[in-house]
Amino acid sequence: MIAKLINLQTVFSFSLFMRRILLFSLLSFLFTNLSLAQTKVIKFPALETMLQKKDGPIQVINFWATWCGPCVKELPMFEQVNTNNTNVKVTLVSLDFADKLDKVDAFIARKNMKSAVLLLDDIDYNSWIDKVEKSWEGAIPATLIYNPTNGKRVFTQHELKEGELEKLIESVQ
Amino acid sequence: MKYFKSLIAAAFVAVLFVAAKPAGYGVGDTVADFKLKNVDGKMISLADFKSAKGAIVIFDCNTCPYSQKYNDRIIALAKKYSSTFPVVAINSNSPEVSPGDSFEEMVKYAKTKGYTFPYLFDETQEVAHNYGATNTPHVYVLKKEGATFKVAYIGAIDNNTKDAAAADKKYVEEAVDALIAGKAVPTDKTKAIGCTIKWKPA
Repeated sequence: MIAKLINLQTVFSFSLFMRRILLFSLLSFLFTNLSLAQTKVIKFPALETMLQKKDGPIQVINFWATWCGPCVKELPMFEQVNTNNTNVKVTLVSLDFADKLDKVDAFIARKNMKSAVLLLDDIDYNSWIDKVEKSWEGAIPATLIYNPTNGKRVFTQHELKEGELEKLIESVQ
Repeated sequence: MKYFKSLIAAAFVAVLFVAAKPAGYGVGDTVADFKLKNVDGKMISLADFKSAKGAIVIFDCNTCPYSQKYNDRIIALAKKYSSTFPVVAINSNSPEVSPGDSFEEMVKYAKTKGYTFPYLFDETQEVAHNYGATNTPHVYVLKKEGATFKVAYIGAIDNNTKDAAAADKKYVEEAVDALIAGKAVPTDKTKAIGCTIKWKPA
């Protein structure tokens, strides 16, 4: 009888312990996710303002999505430029659907990305693609590099090769 | 001499203009016919659609999330216009780059989705190059004139990839309805975000 009681007690305290662990991990999971929720959701006019800047650093604007293989593959190049090149402002514009914001945030946290990330929630694509660049057919990845001080701009709509990004940035200096 | 100089300048500008023109068809261009393998193993050409008034050519694939979003809408278009403007879907993705777009996977995909229209394998990517298709889904509405097919519309299916019910501009339907009614196409060129066609490594 006593043995049974002890046994029951151990089971009970063990489950309490487990519950605490569960609660703790749940809380820490929520906390880390909340604290890393850094993707800002914007509409096109906000991006347009960025594209019309007349001063400040060279803008490197990359259009990507978490589901786009070639986009994800080239992201480290943008991260590298963002870290090494202080006179360049890198902005990663996600074209994931707005209801996938959590997925984008989790992706950024997992890859430990430091560049500014925006989610462009503007589904009427035809209304704004030409305003970014006339020659853009809408395929991603696509990258716009713009120097606000001299007005020089270059645009690519393919996956960048190693070293290509640095050359493109040089070309607008 | 002065005239000669300006003539040379004009010729130079013309050459520049031609050189800058992107590859592929524009609205109004006559398209070259193709002969591609369908998922049922038969070869399909535009010339096969003898009684049609045109065709809805869609560069599409198995793997692109945007294509998947439009799956049901493409099936609906095919049903609606089967006797007038049949849908012809073409997959130009290189299976080398995108293994999920191999011919075998296309056969499976068409079967699972219940495709009632041709789903063609553009193995050499020549058709996508000729058309100037860049992403998926990328639509070319063709109008039949005599025995030739001319481009009447290029672009997106509608203006809401995410939600069919929320799309208030149905570009392809509006274009096809106008052509059937013998009217001018209201919007003949649009753009949409899509997956890039997976080109064979050079």
